[in-house]
Amino acid sequence: MGEVLDRFRDRALILKLAKLIKGLAKGLDKIRIMHVCGTHEHTITHYGLRHLMPPNVKLIAGPGCPVCIVPAREVDEAVKLALSGVTVYTYGDMYKVPGSKMSLAQARAKGGKVKVVYGFDDVLRKRVKEDSVFFAVGFETTAPTVASPLYEGRVPEVIKLLTSYRLTVPVLRYVLSLKASPIRGVICPGHVSAITGASAWEYVVKDFKIPAVIAGFEPLDVMIAVTEILKQLREGKARLVNEYSRVVSYEGNLRAKQYLKEVFEVVDGKWRGIGLVPLSKLKLKDEFSTWDARLYFEDKLRDIGEGDDIKPGCKCAEVILGIMEPKDCPMFMRACTPSKPLGPCMVSSEGTCHIWAKYGYLG
Amino acid sequence: MYIRVIAMCLGVPGRIVELKEGFRALVDFGGIRREVDVSLLPGVKVGDYVIIHAGAAISKVSEEDALITLKLWKEIAEVMGYGKRGSSNISSR
Ligand code: SF4
Repeated sequence: MGEVLDRFRDRALILKLAKLIKGLAKGLDKIRIMHVCGTHEHTITHYGLRHLMPPNVKLIAGPGCPVCIVPAREVDEAVKLALSGVTVYTYGDMYKVPGSKMSLAQARAKGGKVKVVYGFDDVLRKRVKEDSVFFAVGFETTAPTVASPLYEGRVPEVIKLLTSYRLTVPVLRYVLSLKASPIRGVICPGHVSAITGASAWEYVVKDFKIPAVIAGFEPLDVMIAVTEILKQLREGKARLVNEYSRVVSYEGNLRAKQYLKEVFEVVDGKWRGIGLVPLSKLKLKDEFSTWDARLYFEDKLRDIGEGDDIKPGCKCAEVILGIMEPKDCPMFMRACTPSKPLGPCMVSSEGTCHIWAKYGYLG
Repeated sequence: MYIRVIAMCLGVPGRIVELKEGFRALVDFGGIRREVDVSLLPGVKVGDYVIIHAGAAISKVSEEDALITLKLWKEIAEVMGYGKRGSSNISSR
């Protein structure tokens, strides 16, 4: 199998597809294709796929970084708890994301209790004995990893959950509904789709009449997605295509979806840099309020303000909405670098600015 | 590699090498092994390839589908015309 998967990086085939894409794009006007996944951005930048695109085809990163879009206020909550002596467990990606005053990394430097884990299962294995918090961030893909043990009664009461889950399916709808949305095709996130199923994206085709392709994360996956989108645009027909059928089924992971339904309700939610997006956030249901950190630590969290989401001059909002590229931000690689990030998009290894900084942004 | 391992999304599939107590399994990523939660994938077996996300297996990878996809792309690129044959096979259902 490893061998099979290696062939998804076949250089000769990538270049052939690049030629094909050039041919298909000829005569079309400006085509902007949006993806909503940090891992897609990584593939595109790491393999230099933007350089293989003809000048009229632009690949744009939408709101696909789950830690970049967590509102500063929610980071502030985690920071406050860490500084008040509660152990806060979080993902490596979340660790350095700035809140309004500081990140969890900085809170730790100030004596706060912060521990980085790879997943929620790591926390469960630690046999935690005292009140602690898991800062639960992520999209449709990550939320089931907490919903499952919670529903199955495998989470001790001392582990409280500070949930900041958001949903990519409604946020893409929101972005596409914005007036003057320049997006002509969508590359749907492969791993979110592994949970939601390909069916979750049918609305892109039905309501917005633009091509949608669910794609994997090898360079060939992305190239084939672009090819398919251009082909549909040429034909004037929009269809939903599942290019990643080796992982994604039409109906998705039914067990995971069931857990999500049992444990969370879907409510309106704020996204850093975007604002309020209807029905885009997961909230713990009342039956699971014992684990809700916001209720349990109400006293400690009472005086937390709204928080300032975007620092003056930072263009993260525009970058997240696909209106601007990182290189168009005046701070990019000047006042804002991976070692001294100004905005959330420069922090996470999945943030667009960070990826551009790391893997090249010339041209 | 290390950076990618601590990041939440991993594009690379791992192979299940051992099933353990309590909904867990040992997974091998080309030499690096770690224990993951498999409660979202009832019925996984040793030898299965799975996609891991934030410490949990979220989906099985089908080798058969991977091979079909590859074959299709080859055809697509070769034919250059991106003819009728190609697209119908990778459609959703
Ligand atoms: S380069 Fe820095 S300041 Fe500019 S948009 Fe990105 S994160 Fe914000």
